[in-house]
Amino acid sequence: MTPNVTDATAQRMSEFAPPFLATRPIVEVKSVSKTYPGGIEALSGISLDFPEGRLTTLLGPSGCGKTTLLKIIAGLIPASGGQVFVDGREVKGPGPERAFVFQDFALMPWASVIRNVAFGLELRGVAHSEREAIAERHIARVGLKGFEKKYPHELSGGMRQRVGLARALAVDAKVVLMDEPFSAVDEQTRRKFQEELLELVANEGKSFIFVTHSIEEAVYVSDRIALLSRRPSRVSAVIEPKISRDGDPDKIRRDSAYLDVVEEIWQQLKHYLD
Amino acid sequence: MQISDLATALPRLRDAPARRWRDILVHPLVLRLLSFAAVFALWEYAGRIPLSPAFPTFLETLGGLGAIIADGSLLKAFLITLYPLTIGLAVSVLLGVALGVLMGLHEPSEWLIAPLFIIAQAAPLAALIPILTFAYGIGLTAKIMTVCIMAMPVIVLNTLGAVRNTPKSLLEMGRSFLASRSQNIRLIILPAASPMIFAGLRLGCAAAFIGIILAELLITPTGIGDVISYNQSVADYPKMYAAILAIIAFSVLFIELLERIEVTLFRPEGRA
Amino acid sequence: MVISGIRLPLMTSLIVWAVIWEIAGHTDAGFILPPLSSIIWRVFEIVPTPSFLDALLITGRAFLFGNAIAIGIGVPLGILMGRSVIADRLLLPWVNLFLSAPLSALVPVIMVLFGLGETTIVLTVVLFSMWIIVLNTRAGIRAISPSLIEMARSFGASRWQAFSRIYVWAALPEILAGIRLGMIRAVKGVVIGQLLVSVVGFGTLFEIYQSHFLMEHFWALLLVLFSFAFTLNELLAGLERRFAYYAASR
Repeated sequence: MTPNVTDATAQRMSEFAPPFLATRPIVEVKSVSKTYPGGIEALSGISLDFPEGRLTTLLGPSGCGKTTLLKIIAGLIPASGGQVFVDGREVKGPGPERAFVFQDFALMPWASVIRNVAFGLELRGVAHSEREAIAERHIARVGLKGFEKKYPHELSGGMRQRVGLARALAVDAKVVLMDEPFSAVDEQTRRKFQEELLELVANEGKSFIFVTHSIEEAVYVSDRIALLSRRPSRVSAVIEPKISRDGDPDKIRRDSAYLDVVEEIWQQLKHYLD
Repeated sequence: MQISDLATALPRLRDAPARRWRDILVHPLVLRLLSFAAVFALWEYAGRIPLSPAFPTFLETLGGLGAIIADGSLLKAFLITLYPLTIGLAVSVLLGVALGVLMGLHEPSEWLIAPLFIIAQAAPLAALIPILTFAYGIGLTAKIMTVCIMAMPVIVLNTLGAVRNTPKSLLEMGRSFLASRSQNIRLIILPAASPMIFAGLRLGCAAAFIGIILAELLITPTGIGDVISYNQSVADYPKMYAAILAIIAFSVLFIELLERIEVTLFRPEGRA
Repeated sequence: MVISGIRLPLMTSLIVWAVIWEIAGHTDAGFILPPLSSIIWRVFEIVPTPSFLDALLITGRAFLFGNAIAIGIGVPLGILMGRSVIADRLLLPWVNLFLSAPLSALVPVIMVLFGLGETTIVLTVVLFSMWIIVLNTRAGIRAISPSLIEMARSFGASRWQAFSRIYVWAALPEILAGIRLGMIRAVKGVVIGQLLVSVVGFGTLFEIYQSHFLMEHFWALLLVLFSFAFTLNELLAGLERRFAYYAASR
């Protein structure tokens, strides 16, 4: 990644970023449906826009197809119908403008932290010294400086997910896709992650698509939340939590606007529980 | 690991003298030595009863071992045995891993070839030895072939299973970071499969030793098989037992060595 | 494999190999590898003969006895090793040794000690099958969740109750897997034993067919043995799958 691009993006954002989400959509999902072989209908005609430079969350009950939609956007699974556009181009498969952060980290156990982080660049044929330099920067960025030569099994779950995150950042994709990235880490680490994620969204100029089943997490980190219904999934609501994110994180979690949005979403999701 | 165990055990000895003996007794190294000593003592005792005229004591067997080492016959026999074993094993490893990887990556070849090895894995292939003797004579070829038919099925099937069991999320990770087909195989599938492939190689090695000894006992007595059956026929049981002990110890140490090599060369993360 | 939308089951390719075998049998290779069709005819010819039935009876008996002994010793030994650290440390080196050692080298020892009879075959079966049963049972016992054992104790289970109602059942998937692997090894052991002893059961038939160059007879015998081994393996694997459901839900 080059600092210039980031600066330019940041500049563009400060020029155009009026109060909320007036930026153009970076990812457009147009009436996407997915039926698995065997007839299980996971998604049914989903249309959704994801604003550039922001974090949009797919939120819904377990097994509702959030991950399926994310993987269709990633180009990992083909859609049965409809189209997905990223940066104006139709998705036909995985592409360099998207990077994926996996729920189970998907780290290579035989490779050191630095090689895992540099893996995307290694696949693109970036020279060894160059990709290690980039990887080192991103390892430091996610707070793992000094752990470059460690192996995944020597790290805690939270540290492993930092490696996964650094790997996704290292390829400098415009869109970062995160599939329940914090579900396998403990609550304290999870809160720390959420704060760091907000910082990342504010400073990187990248667009984030985030999947979670935690209402609090979604409200805390998102600029926009798409609520998905149970299978076959549709978008049941789009919510834009207007929460002021400056200041003390603990204050935000007690903020009445924050609590109201959590309550509103809970009321909508409650009836899926029986 | 055992040394660090010892280090933590030592201070405790001073703290609680009453528990000293128990601590020494349950120490892994001590128990292992104790275990070997007990079995050898039992062997010595059973030999002295005597259990059977054909059952030499442990010390007599060691004497026999000394004798066949001293007159050079053991070394000569080992060299003769190892020759077809090495060739057969090399062929089985190269061909077996190649076939396994091919089948793991290419479904039609799995459909065609895998059933043969699935049957071979379950079947008592040793019964093919007489046929191999008909086909290839009583020379080296039949023995190499025996090693191959014994060692290959487990190597092939383990490799196939290993390639097939590449974690799905690693494959998706490779795709999402745009790995080409060859990068995918070289950088993800093969490294992920290598622990299970090596496990197959170890099992294949053990089967190869079973095969070569059978071949040497059944086809024509050569090498270790000759030392065993000759001393059996002249009722020199200490030497017969010593030769058996030697080949068993050799194969067990060989497989152990293989594992050490695997860990140092192919497992940088240091996990076996 | 899928050809024009139809999924061909894995084992269907054996038909292809059977055809290749049949064709090869009609070439010069037919001396060593007779056509499959004539071997199958030979199977029907030799199976009803008294010498075959006699061999089957002796071999089957040795196989069953040997397995019964191996299970009878192996499972309790595995449970003991799984529960007691001292027993485990004393015995594990030997179990591992016998598991990877070339056991065919030990058959001559059994032969000189127990003679060229059925006892030797039974002991060979035990020697081949026991160790994997011990090791799997041990692994199964060690995999039992500690909370299950604590549950039994908190409800006041006695030692015997804990053993018979909890340990054996909780470790059953692994024990069954061990027994299946042990039986596959036992089939190999019984054949290796009979090849080396060569005056008992199928060993006698192998010897006769081999010395008279009766290749069709020899292959017929192999076909019977291989089919038996494969069927046994599939049956046991099927049984294991029926119990695997709760290995997953532990």
